[in-house]
Amino acid sequence: MSPSVPLQEMIRAIRSARTQCEERGVIQRECAAIRAQFRQADNGGRSHNLAKLLYVHMLGYPAHFGQMECVRMIASPRYSEKRVGYLGAMMLLDEKQDASLLITNSIKNDLSNSNQYIQSLALCTLACMGSAEMCRDLAPEIDRLLRASNSYIKKKAALCAVHIVRKVHDLGELFTKAARSLLTEKNHGVVHGAVVLITELCERNSETLERFRKTVPDLVQIMKGLVISGYSPDHDVAGISDPFLQVRILRLLRILGRNNEAASDAMNDLLAQVATNTDSTKTVGNAVLYETVLTVLDIKSESGLRVLAVNILGRFLLNNDRNIRYIAMTSLQKIVGTDHNAVQRHRGTIVDCLKDQDASVKRRALDLSLALVSASNIRSMMKELLSFLSSCPPELRSQTASGIFNAAERYAPSQRWHIDTILHVLTTAGGDVRDETVPNLIQLITNTSELHCYTVHKLYRALLSDISQQPLVQVACWCIGEYGDLLLRGECQETEPVQVTEDDVLDVLETVLQSHMSSPSTRGFALTATMKLSTRITENVDRIRSIVSIYGSCIDVELQQRAVEYNALFKKYDHMRAAVLERMPVIEKNSQGHINGETIKESQTVKVKPGEPQQPPNQVCDLLDLLGGSEQPLQPSPALGSTAPPMPVSTANTVGGDLLDLLGGLEPTPITPVATVTVYEKDGVTVTLSCEKQSDSGLTVTLTASNSTESDIRGFTLQAAVPKSVQLHMKAPSGDSLPARGAAKVTQMVVLNNPNKVNLKMRLRISYTSQGSAVQDTVQIDSFPGLGQ
Amino acid sequence: MFALVANQKVVRDWPCFGVVLGGSFLPRGGYTVLLFKMQFMLLFSRQGKLRLQKWYVPLSDKEKKKITRELVQTVLARKPKMCSFLEWRDLKIVYKRYASLYFCCAIEDQDNELITLEIIHRYVELLDKYFGSVCELDIIFNFEKAYFILDEFLLGGEAQETSKKNVLKAIEQADLLQEPRHEYFNVPVY
Repeated sequence: MSPSVPLQEMIRAIRSARTQCEERGVIQRECAAIRAQFRQADNGGRSHNLAKLLYVHMLGYPAHFGQMECVRMIASPRYSEKRVGYLGAMMLLDEKQDASLLITNSIKNDLSNSNQYIQSLALCTLACMGSAEMCRDLAPEIDRLLRASNSYIKKKAALCAVHIVRKVHDLGELFTKAARSLLTEKNHGVVHGAVVLITELCERNSETLERFRKTVPDLVQIMKGLVISGYSPDHDVAGISDPFLQVRILRLLRILGRNNEAASDAMNDLLAQVATNTDSTKTVGNAVLYETVLTVLDIKSESGLRVLAVNILGRFLLNNDRNIRYIAMTSLQKIVGTDHNAVQRHRGTIVDCLKDQDASVKRRALDLSLALVSASNIRSMMKELLSFLSSCPPELRSQTASGIFNAAERYAPSQRWHIDTILHVLTTAGGDVRDETVPNLIQLITNTSELHCYTVHKLYRALLSDISQQPLVQVACWCIGEYGDLLLRGECQETEPVQVTEDDVLDVLETVLQSHMSSPSTRGFALTATMKLSTRITENVDRIRSIVSIYGSCIDVELQQRAVEYNALFKKYDHMRAAVLERMPVIEKNSQGHINGETIKESQTVKVKPGEPQQPPNQVCDLLDLLGGSEQPLQPSPALGSTAPPMPVSTANTVGGDLLDLLGGLEPTPITPVATVTVYEKDGVTVTLSCEKQSDSGLTVTLTASNSTESDIRGFTLQAAVPKSVQLHMKAPSGDSLPARGAAKVTQMVVLNNPNKVNLKMRLRISYTSQGSAVQDTVQIDSFPGLGQ
Repeated sequence: MFALVANQKVVRDWPCFGVVLGGSFLPRGGYTVLLFKMQFMLLFSRQGKLRLQKWYVPLSDKEKKKITRELVQTVLARKPKMCSFLEWRDLKIVYKRYASLYFCCAIEDQDNELITLEIIHRYVELLDKYFGSVCELDIIFNFEKAYFILDEFLLGGEAQETSKKNVLKAIEQADLLQEPRHEYFNVPVY
């Protein structure tokens, strides 16, 4: 058995080991010696054996065999052994170890020891690793120490009580009284401990919080004493008197003043004083100011004080110290919702912080910038955000991309700008966007019919330059498939048209299909797009046929299936090909709401239940009634302010027999009914109108058309005219064909803005083709339901 | 090679201090409390060697090792001029480098990072006063004393004594209680 080497020699030996292997050897030898020593009786060297073991433990080697030794050392009468024993307990034992319970008794004894340093060891250990069991056992002891001991012990007992309350919330009751009385002590350490304890008690229990509100004046007094008093050498840090205590008191005031007018009033003056008088040249002063700002913003402070607080944050933003800037942005983030305008004033500085070197600062600046985007600054902010996207660290890219999309969706000044922005993001950070971006973008594109030509040109160009960004490639393929004819036409108003031939377009799609960079879903897009082009191009249909048949034997099952089906479409079902591959209708949006109210998906929740009993006649009539011919009087909508979409609510009315069979007798939907008026009914074509007020002068009108004749109607379009001062915007119709017998309807939304509040009239021109002949008709609408005219 | 590194004294003005105060890994139990708690403090060298670890939350050895490893890597990867604060898991990490040692503290979400920097600084000042111009070697060879000083300054993760003088006085007194036979409590010798 090698003689036990003093601690420092062992450390030296370990450090001089040249390889990991050598070090392990040294440590193994030492551990063996230590283990042997532990087994021996008391030999006076126990403490530094344990210390050696603790060092070895810190290096990462197992030391669990020292746990019992810790327990024994703690029980030793010698101070040095106790000291190391408790240290070992804190390092090796935690509440999950069974051995920790064994020291409870020792701790209990030591808490009543006459020597305060031994008491202190016990308190420290309990506060560090005391389990709930131990806390429950020893809580009365701690309470006793809180009341009757010297300040050295009192301050430690207070923090120990904090730990106990954190572990066993109910024990908070036990310490309330003692905590209150500790506030009056002179010793800073004790007051600090008391404030921490009271904070913890108030946070856990709202009744306690109520009780402690009465201490606000005392706290204000203590704080004033610290702020105004002269230089106190013991507690001074760079000219601030006991900043640790100041911060703690401010924090407690915050908790007490929250949601309480009276308490907030009582601390207003003090906060103003601290905010103005604290020296902000050093970190410590800024720490106090920061806590003050947090408190002011959280309590019910008066507006002058709030302005002061936001100004302090503004000053922080301009500070040279990066830490302070970071802190400022974190706080501004919290108040950007409530004090939006105040934060907007600092937008310039915040946007500059996007260019900071530090990733943490960048992240904060990004969050704040996204929160500050509004309709008025969207263009300039987007420029900054897009340039940030091209240079930002990879971990922030997807957050930036989705932030940009959200902002664009909410505040896009024009459709074209919106599409441009999304395309820009896709080209810069295509790999980091979320999956729903592709369908969202496609839906957006279909909605802006006037920009189809522009969009497809842009996407084609993007595709020519780079086919690695999958979302971009997918959208581009889809668009080329849909609007390839616009591309081939070679004319475009919005942008310079490309002169492409059909072969060029097919080349591009084939490149995507064959490229190893394309993911399977992208190739699916490309194949479908190729197929769609077969109805939109005239000459190279054979080429498409051959491409499709090649993929009929592709390894990828999805592609193979598609190819086989398209092949079948070419061969056996060629007569259906045109219908199957025609233009897609406008896709309805079903993402979370930037549109008014519920989505059209609501209609799918309507259950089909035949034989529903007749609803009372003052329900809003629906199309069934009208088509069936019975003219029921219409009632104005009871709730125009509702957010339900202006959809006709169906009642299960028995009028209109055969139509009911077709539609199956729909149950009334849970949406609030909105008034619908029939504005045109002739030759089986019916157009109904319903409207919904959006704002003081804004109105959304929905026109619904249906066809009750025996033959299909094609090319159905509606045109509208309104008085001069009214602004009109017609959205894309849901389609342009009305199948026979009311099998489906066409809806079109019209947004009106009537700022001068003139008498609203609308002239509607209806045109369609039925049974080969074109029909055109005009109708004037003089009254709009629910407008009270 | 080690000797050269060892002789480097910690510079007085503490260019950066890496104290990681831990945030909470413990489930919050449904409260919306404002939690202010230091979860742990780590001291490590620029090579990633751990010099001191103080945990104020109960975690298994394995978890502690994992956290230490990841955090040390993250902090060491930071460039010199960067912010002293970073978000890591659900914690806020406050760190500062003083010569060759990083002091790292993990604090909870609502805590005040700037005052945490002050706490770190206060601890370094205490070490400095005690060891007389402290350097990393002091902390290596007298690690148990570094712990004792920390335990006299922080209790359960909170500052217990805000006066530097009082902390040092208490340590002094406690040291006097040490039984004289144990050599390693003497003045450190390399």
